[in-house]
Amino acid sequence: MDLATYVLIALFAPLAGATVQIFLGRRLPRHGDWLCVGVLFVSFVASIPTFNAVWANPAFKLQILSEWLTLGSFGIPLGLQVDGLTGIMLTVVSFIAAFIHLYSVGYMHGDPRYSRYFAYLNFFTFSMLGLVLADNFFLIYVFWELVGLSSYLLIGFWFERPAAANAGKKAFIVNRVGDVGFFVGILLLWTQLGTFRFEEVFKGIAAGQMAGPLLTVTGLCVFLGAVGKSAQFPLHVWLPDAMEGPTPVSALIHAATMVAAGVYMVGRVYPVFTPDAFVVIAYVAGITAFFAGTIALTQFDIKRVIAYSTLSQLGYMMLGLATGGYVAGLFHLVTHAFFKALMFLAAGSVIHALHTQDLREMGGLRAKMPVTFWTMMAGSLALAGVPPFSGFFSKDAIIGATLGFVMAHPQHLLLALFAVGGALLTGLYAFRLMFLAFTGAPRDREKHHHAHESPPVMTVPLVVLAVFAVGAGWGGWFERLVRPPVELPHGPAGAHTLALALSLLAAGLGILLAYWTYVVGKISAGRVADRYRPVYTLLFNKYYVDELYAAGVVRPFLALTRGCAAFDLGVIDGFVNWCGRFTRGVSRVQGWIDFRIVDGAVNLVGNAIRAWGAVLRLVQTGVVQNYILVLLGGVLVILLLKVL
Amino acid sequence: MIGLHHYLVVSAVLFALGMFAIITRKNGVAILMGIELVLNAANLNFVAFSRYVWGGLTGQVFAIFVIMLAAAEAAVMLAIVIAVYDRFQSIDVDRVDSLKG
Amino acid sequence: MPMQNVLTWMIFAPVAGAAVVLLLPRGRDELVRWISLLATAVPLALAFWVYANFDRTSPGLQFVEHYAWIPAFNIEYFLGLDGVSAPMFLLTTLIAFLALVASWGIKEGVKGYFCLYLLLEAGMLGVFAALDFFLFFIFWEVSLLPMYFLIGIWGGPEREYAAIKFFLYTLFGSVLILLAMLALYFANEPHTFDMTKLIAANKQYGIAFQLLVFIALYIGFAIKVPVFPFHTWLPDAHVEAPTPISVILAGILLKMGPYGMLRVSWPMLPEALKVYAYPLAIFALINIVYGALVAMAQRDFKTLVAYSSISHMGFVLLGMCAIGPQGLSQAGVNGAILQMFNHGTVTAMLFLLVGVLYDRAHHRVIEDFGGLGVQMPVYAGVATVAFFAALGLPGLSSFISEALVLIGAFPAYRTLTIIAAVGIIITAGYWLWTLQRVFLGPLNPKYATLPEINGRELVTLVPLGALVLFLGVYPMPVLDLIRASADQLIALVGPLP
Repeated sequence: MDLATYVLIALFAPLAGATVQIFLGRRLPRHGDWLCVGVLFVSFVASIPTFNAVWANPAFKLQILSEWLTLGSFGIPLGLQVDGLTGIMLTVVSFIAAFIHLYSVGYMHGDPRYSRYFAYLNFFTFSMLGLVLADNFFLIYVFWELVGLSSYLLIGFWFERPAAANAGKKAFIVNRVGDVGFFVGILLLWTQLGTFRFEEVFKGIAAGQMAGPLLTVTGLCVFLGAVGKSAQFPLHVWLPDAMEGPTPVSALIHAATMVAAGVYMVGRVYPVFTPDAFVVIAYVAGITAFFAGTIALTQFDIKRVIAYSTLSQLGYMMLGLATGGYVAGLFHLVTHAFFKALMFLAAGSVIHALHTQDLREMGGLRAKMPVTFWTMMAGSLALAGVPPFSGFFSKDAIIGATLGFVMAHPQHLLLALFAVGGALLTGLYAFRLMFLAFTGAPRDREKHHHAHESPPVMTVPLVVLAVFAVGAGWGGWFERLVRPPVELPHGPAGAHTLALALSLLAAGLGILLAYWTYVVGKISAGRVADRYRPVYTLLFNKYYVDELYAAGVVRPFLALTRGCAAFDLGVIDGFVNWCGRFTRGVSRVQGWIDFRIVDGAVNLVGNAIRAWGAVLRLVQTGVVQNYILVLLGGVLVILLLKVL
Repeated sequence: MIGLHHYLVVSAVLFALGMFAIITRKNGVAILMGIELVLNAANLNFVAFSRYVWGGLTGQVFAIFVIMLAAAEAAVMLAIVIAVYDRFQSIDVDRVDSLKG
Repeated sequence: MPMQNVLTWMIFAPVAGAAVVLLLPRGRDELVRWISLLATAVPLALAFWVYANFDRTSPGLQFVEHYAWIPAFNIEYFLGLDGVSAPMFLLTTLIAFLALVASWGIKEGVKGYFCLYLLLEAGMLGVFAALDFFLFFIFWEVSLLPMYFLIGIWGGPEREYAAIKFFLYTLFGSVLILLAMLALYFANEPHTFDMTKLIAANKQYGIAFQLLVFIALYIGFAIKVPVFPFHTWLPDAHVEAPTPISVILAGILLKMGPYGMLRVSWPMLPEALKVYAYPLAIFALINIVYGALVAMAQRDFKTLVAYSSISHMGFVLLGMCAIGPQGLSQAGVNGAILQMFNHGTVTAMLFLLVGVLYDRAHHRVIEDFGGLGVQMPVYAGVATVAFFAALGLPGLSSFISEALVLIGAFPAYRTLTIIAAVGIIITAGYWLWTLQRVFLGPLNPKYATLPEINGRELVTLVPLGALVLFLGVYPMPVLDLIRASADQLIALVGPLP
């Protein structure tokens, strides 16, 4: 089989699984979980030859081209491409997805919609792989929406819970806002360059067919899509709510793969962005990275803490891309996928054991759940950026790129503060979570008593992912495979050394603070919170962004819709009905005129004739003898007249 | 000597009696009889004028026609009277006034 | 069966069915239904033949039947299909068949109902096949009258109001079309109603004449679409009409408006189109955004679907009037015609779904439901497909047509298209909100005994759902029919001066 066949198998195996599962899942033995897990491993195995090909030759490029529709000169292409970046993403996504499927067999055991769950998860994997493989803007948009759909279905998987149903809806609509921007960006590119294909678009931009403010605006429109999908400020609000979905879903979709799709997309279409656009992107990313970290400090829901950390890390990836760290940003995407999926699965393991998500009811789990603890620890260290864990390499590279950018453009100093401050926060909240959950005395004895380590079907994926969370940063393999599509400016020398020092310092300080606070107890979290009550309240309520949207967007918008409906019913339909009533009124007046005057005259003539008739009818007696008498009289009169 | 005038007087009396019967009688059959009188008065006139004024047999031939006609007419009239009786249970012509306006 | 008269067979098979139904004695309701089904199955079967034999490379008219009818006035019996009409013509046979299956539950006045229904189908098929303006107008009116009775007799509590509103409104439009038709008739020497001749003579009409006639035609057709502000008959008619009639109304009848524009106004009066294109696009945009906004505020499920139709029809209008310096946009025109087809299937599904729910719960207040996804999972699944198709999810048919429309319109009207794209967010908003209110959340105990969707209802929904999915993945089977004729239309209209 040639490589293209392998790629197509990798792409379509999950779709086949989803299709069979949605229709037949309930009737299959074990509700079809073996099928769905199986196709994912098929997909993963089929992606290995691709990885080998790009590994052997980093400049490798495979294209599978077709036409989706053609209308004379207009056409929408249908194409897949494999290059270094795709090869990595294809393998990583199918790999993580396969193990999360496996984990789900344990986690979702006994759910009434067990078979449906796997169908959705298969469908998601198909969409995500399609997104990764797409070689044109239109196709990437299609898969972009499809991952949104699977995200919607899976967030709202337990739809009997109103919160889950709300979260799904919110995720889809907020993403739609970004998607519209993305679509407008695609339209702008198509209008200017006449093509949807990445290659041709890049060629057109390189040739200067599109430049200046228009290209900046276009880039920002495209970026808006990524803002939605990768939950960047200000469209980040859906991601924490998305934690209403099952935990493996949070791990796969809302941490490892789908939310990273925005980052991947920005990397994929990198040449579309102008330096001006990158400045905007960098600020959005920096704000997300820093402020999400501050919120994570105050949350007590274990999944929400990880969700905010995901937001923050997504901010880092974007920041890296925007400040010239093309490889760094995408590298962080991959390492983050491993360690964040791991953290979510470990958190899922805890939730599975304790049936609570509240950190305040945990504590002391280290002894009860050793595998979960040690794997989670590996993930947290990677997240905090401690060497030699994978996260260190990628995050360090991002901070290096940011510092380099700031050194070259000192007016953007704020970005460096966001980056380094965020690193400190990362260490702090990651270990706050670790210490609160796993160390100290159990805060809820009842729950602690019933806790137990998860079954192997859940712990094996944890261990496998932990291996990668530890080692994915070694060896410089990523740099070998992924090369920037454009010439990037080299930051000033020394930026990287400084970054190394600063990021290690920040992470260490963060972890130390967490240790002092939650293990040693030198600092009391409660006292700090009391002392800075307004700040704490602000953070605890996530800067009131949700409330702002509710008051500033949702409610006025609903009022607008009601106003429109009232306008429709009152004014427009009112006018129509008024026309009807007016016509009826006019016709009633006319009817009166017709009845009284016109018809009256006609009746008058008729009545007069009838009156005369009434008189004359008296002559007509019906008795023939009378007529004869009159006849005789007449004859006599005539005779008399004759004689006279 | 009996002359034309005598016949005419008798004829006029017959006509008047017939007319009187037609106008005054309520019974349909009586009216029919009145009509017979009127017809015969006319016959008398035909024959009289033929004998005294014109000569020939023209008047007599007419009289025979009228007698024939009167017979036919009487048959029709009697049928009508029977039909009227059927319809109105009476042959009183005053009650047969369906044509009253 | 002689196939050179296939269109006549298709149009008059339902008429023959109606005649047979009329002659049946009273009380044979079941027989009436089966005969009606047969009478709609014949055009459907022939539609497959027409689809298979349609020449996709030819932009011209096919399956033409051309006979003199009233020679004194040059009125002809002239039928034919091209890419503009074929998709809707074929869809009509399908929707009419499925809606007939959905009519099985009609219990009162069965004979009258099915008789009128079959006449309605004949009228609709005739509109899409007629190429003589006079014949077109007659079929147009034939489709109007049965609708009046079907809403007015078999409708809901406010049926008479709705039926009269529908009838008067459309009649008002018809009058304007009639006037425009006569104006075109007398503008040609020799006088003719032959559309091909009227189109061929489009260079002769003076600009003032074109501008005037265009407005008359536009209002006439716009009422049918319906275009804001002529749309208020639609929610009333939909809410009061029985389910199958709503399906027909939204699935087919609304498309007669844009079809009329593409068949008559655009090719006959191209200069006027170029003058009016921008205002027309604004009206289209108002339809999209305003329809979505009003839909969002509705409490009645069926009214919501009705307003969503207004919104989706806006895309048809937007694509049709996307005209740039090179003339009409290829993507826009193809997208508009495809959107007519796709909206037909999607909205038919939606109305059928509302009907299924109404038959069980006997009301349509959205907020009153909740959690039905647990009670009726199959129904919820089908509904989810329809809802996502309506909100334009890729992989389902509406996405492609709406995307084509936006792609086509964007070079011509950037700002308008961006606002239209924002309308898509609103669309997603109200569909998901409705989905949530009806199917998600805890199950309302009142509905814990609602039976799952039954086989007959699935028979009506599944073919449409399959079509929606198939055309979403691979739209070429329909676009193939359209594109040659769309190119010809674009050439006829020509570039902007």
